[in-house]
Amino acid sequence: MIHKKMLKDYFWFILFAIFIIGSLSLGFDPGLKIYANFSQFFLEMITFLPLMFLLVGLFDVWVPRERIERHIGHGSGLVGMFWVILLATVQPGPLYGAFPVAYILFEKGASIRNIFIYLGAFSCMGIPMYTFEIGFLGLKFWFLRFVFSLLVFIIIGIIMEKYVGRDFRVRPGTGR
Amino acid sequence: MLILILAAMLSIILSFIADKQKTLEGIKRGLKMFLNLLPALLTVLTLVSIFLYLVPDKTIIKLLGAKSGIVGVAIAAAVGSIALIPGFIAFPLAKILLAKGVSYTVVAVFITTLIMVGVLTLPVEFKYFGKKAAIMRNVLSFFGAIIVGLLIGLFL
Repeated sequence: MIHKKMLKDYFWFILFAIFIIGSLSLGFDPGLKIYANFSQFFLEMITFLPLMFLLVGLFDVWVPRERIERHIGHGSGLVGMFWVILLATVQPGPLYGAFPVAYILFEKGASIRNIFIYLGAFSCMGIPMYTFEIGFLGLKFWFLRFVFSLLVFIIIGIIMEKYVGRDFRVRPGTGR
Repeated sequence: MLILILAAMLSIILSFIADKQKTLEGIKRGLKMFLNLLPALLTVLTLVSIFLYLVPDKTIIKLLGAKSGIVGVAIAAAVGSIALIPGFIAFPLAKILLAKGVSYTVVAVFITTLIMVGVLTLPVEFKYFGKKAAIMRNVLSFFGAIIVGLLIGLFL
């Protein structure tokens, strides 16, 4: 059964596939070369990606996210920083998914510094993402980025707290 | 890659021993995420395949290779800041670029700016933090990302 949504999602790929099939049957050289590129990349991905997503799925069901959330807001110092970073690392997804959580952290009494550290950690440190980073770029790349980005986003958090001042508020994001 | 295969097998076995139901649920979720991402992945691979055919290797190495210097870093930082590519796709893409002769520094700057800076999502960020804080956060993240990228390149 072919869904409309599927057709839309795969539109460009289907177009590409038609082009490749045409090229293969007509011996169109640029098409053959593009196909060689594509098949090499695709084979490499398809062998590892399902495995990586399997790990991400298992991580998703096992990690006690609620238990970590309970600690947020308690203590705005180093302890608080530890918990926001931990929370950020277990949440997958793009950065804009972290903004509503930042508002909740603010409401729960997290310090401004820790809110910006949370945003930094969210973008830099997702554990599900590590599977992909280590798998494709190696352990050394991952380790270097982990250490340096940790330092950088903590510094950014400290600067941001100084910059925005005491009366700064995170808004619920629904207004203007 | 061997580590990954071993890690995956070990996790599945351990998870299965601990809780059969949860394991099946996890596998289901993982595969669902994979299927959701597949169209985007295929589109990116298609574009990269065409791009790498159109742009000769020599040009790529000249613009983004080890000797590209500030030009390579600038291109990587600009593309990384603006593009909205999920990490699931960015990391495989980075590997392709490395294999094509793009330097570690350029790849690292691309990855770090991609994940830390969001020019296109700024309007959303404004709503939560206000213009002043959102712009400052992105400016700081931009320079922070370049520093992290350069440091990674220095060690690799």
